[in-house]
Amino acid sequence: MSDMSSAEQWTHPGEGDLPPATAAKPTKEQVIAGLRATTEGGADLTQLLTPEGERVASPIFDPYVADIDFAALRGLYKDMVIVRRADREANALQRQGQLGIWVPLLGQEAAQVGSGRALRPNDMAFPSYREHGVGYCRGVSFKEMLGLFRCTSMGEWDYRKHGFHPYTIVIGNQVLNATGYAMGQKFDGKVGDDDGEATIVYFGDGATSQGDVHEGFVWAAVYDAPIVFFCQNNQWAISEPTERQSRLPLYQRARGYGFPGIRVDGNDVLGCLAVTRWALEACRHGNGPVLIEAFTYRMDAHTTTDDPTRYRLSDEVETWKLKDPIERVRVYLTRNGGADASFFEQVEAEADEFAADLREFVFNMEDPPPERIFDNVYAEPSAQLEAQREEFLAYLAGFEGGEH
Amino acid sequence: MSAPTTPNVAAPASSTVQTLTIGKAINMGLRAAMERDNKVIVMGEDVGKLGGVFRITDGLQKDFGEERVLDTPLAESGIIGTAVGLAVRGYRPVCEIQFEGFIFPGFDQINSQVAKLHARTQGRVKVPMVIRVPYGGGIGAVEHHSESPESYFAHLAGVKAVTPSNPVDAYWMIQQAIFSDDPILVFEPKKLYHMSALKEPVDTAATPMPLFKSKVLRTGTAATLVCYGPTVKTCLEAAETAAEEGNELEVIDLRALSPMDLEPVFASVRKTGRLIAVSEAPSEASLTSEIAARVQQECFYSLEAPVLRVTAFDTPYPPSKLEEHYLPDVDRILHAVDQSLEW
Ligand SMILES: Cc1ncc(C[n+]2csc(CCOP(=O)(O)OP(=O)(O)O)c2C)c(N)n1
Ligand SMILES: [Mg+2]
Repeated sequence: MSDMSSAEQWTHPGEGDLPPATAAKPTKEQVIAGLRATTEGGADLTQLLTPEGERVASPIFDPYVADIDFAALRGLYKDMVIVRRADREANALQRQGQLGIWVPLLGQEAAQVGSGRALRPNDMAFPSYREHGVGYCRGVSFKEMLGLFRCTSMGEWDYRKHGFHPYTIVIGNQVLNATGYAMGQKFDGKVGDDDGEATIVYFGDGATSQGDVHEGFVWAAVYDAPIVFFCQNNQWAISEPTERQSRLPLYQRARGYGFPGIRVDGNDVLGCLAVTRWALEACRHGNGPVLIEAFTYRMDAHTTTDDPTRYRLSDEVETWKLKDPIERVRVYLTRNGGADASFFEQVEAEADEFAADLREFVFNMEDPPPERIFDNVYAEPSAQLEAQREEFLAYLAGFEGGEH
Repeated sequence: MSAPTTPNVAAPASSTVQTLTIGKAINMGLRAAMERDNKVIVMGEDVGKLGGVFRITDGLQKDFGEERVLDTPLAESGIIGTAVGLAVRGYRPVCEIQFEGFIFPGFDQINSQVAKLHARTQGRVKVPMVIRVPYGGGIGAVEHHSESPESYFAHLAGVKAVTPSNPVDAYWMIQQAIFSDDPILVFEPKKLYHMSALKEPVDTAATPMPLFKSKVLRTGTAATLVCYGPTVKTCLEAAETAAEEGNELEVIDLRALSPMDLEPVFASVRKTGRLIAVSEAPSEASLTSEIAARVQQECFYSLEAPVLRVTAFDTPYPPSKLEEHYLPDVDRILHAVDQSLEW
């Protein structure tokens, strides 16, 4: 594997392909359409399954998905369908006032399921705030994840059990935190062979501008931290296309920090699985870090409070519909006899059930008790805060006694 | 000691009176400043085509171009740090921070450069920049979108801070801040941005009130409420209710957070003998602590009760389903008034 993680090989296949030193100024129309940000992934895009459902041979990455037979591929398909259905249900629940906000992952199912399924139980994942699909793969219940968006909690799942850190909303913060975690894996002697541990951290194209992300790259490089930087380039940071953040394709930034960077088709679940397994393996063996740019698209609004019609054209969304991550797997399975109609029907039925269960749960979710405000602010209680809690509870009790 | 000077913002010759929300008033104020001086530029995340997530910069990029309304890369240290350089170069940058919870990557630049350049160089380097910060809670948001971090900045010598509570102030304050030679943070109560109940006529020919002056909004003799930004509305409502019960409360809108203009507060306390300071920020080492300390020093013999505070608790902002308990409301304010009156 060591030759595969050579920076030379992975950051740029051939000289001469380098982008122009000065990016040409895009026309206004191009910017509106986000065209510069959303052109094809280019010659460097790693892809195992095309949008048309054709399997592309890859001598380097095929070995990483050699175990993915039809049954396993049906599993990935089902994961994506369920995650998408849950996402749409949550979006609808927000519209009905059951959630305060929803952050949709529509279009990013392959990037999240492919990378999420590449992880082993001992690995650790640090999400940003859109990685519900990764959380699902890590065994976190959607019900637990919805608390944040219903504004009843902030992420209380057992991060250790699931290997899934709480969500981070401040852009970029988690990249440094994940790097530190990976340094700990290394300091603990858990890196060096096939059984090694690794960390993966998720962030967006916009996040790549934050100092925290750059510092994470530096730290990880200096300490050879076993960390996969998984950047979902969904082409937009709210209203800003990726060209507002970088002249260079994002994966090429890795070279400047001295580690490999690779761009994978983020709508290709097989490609994402293979590339992430490859990157995690490099990390386990002590050859990390690695940057993966998953080239994908945010098919819905940034969040339910966003109005994308103000900044992008529907043509662009239509173009990306043709690259749907789920459809290509369905076509591949169907065409090659990997699944029949009854399988697809069964998955639909399961997804319906999943969504109905989620819905039922959300409608019956209770608000936390008011004194939760004071809980767990510190590991070791503070007398000052305890006094405030008592005073507050007495005040609340006064309402019941008709005092106020 | 003389009051801080207020930058002179003259009304344009052709004036209009329009009925505006706070959000629209800031938008119009920004527009007026950009029309007056082409060195005024707006920069931040999503401020261009989108008009900002709150639409406060709506239409500005269309009318003033991409060179004057910059959709910046996603990095607050970058936004504030480059604004310093632009200010040194002669621009008057107006930075938008998307939500107060995201100002902290830029805190180093604010603390170490924005606040210190003028003193470090003994006035040779001026940093005439504005940092607009939507702040405060009550909007049912997720974490980092509802906080009140203004005390950190009041604590920081070298930057000033103001906060409007109504459309007229919103319209003028942003312009006065832009044309000041000092760096000024404008904390904008986001909950009130689009509240149509607060709409009022804004006369662009009027003479604006000085920037660093507090204002008595309602006179009374029973007790004094001092508040700012989002709690002004709540305090006026509390005073209304108290009046029905026969207690006339005096309500003072601080307007300027740093430096604070406390003379009207002292005068009021000398009259009422009772003060309740109200803020959405946690109380520990905060603006309300500062008010309490200064009032006890200046008005010691007039006080009939200790200065009381109605604030958030000393905890992180809770999940917003609980924010109604966390934020000061009319009941909690009246409870404090009762405590003060019964002292
Ligand atoms: C430090 C910080 N600044 C601003 C924001 C507001 N904000 C939330 S998401 C977002 C855009 C993020 O874009 P990207 O990194 O591409 O991730 P995506 O949302 O597309 O997944 C912004 C500006 C924030 N959460 N944190
Ligand atoms: Mg993005």
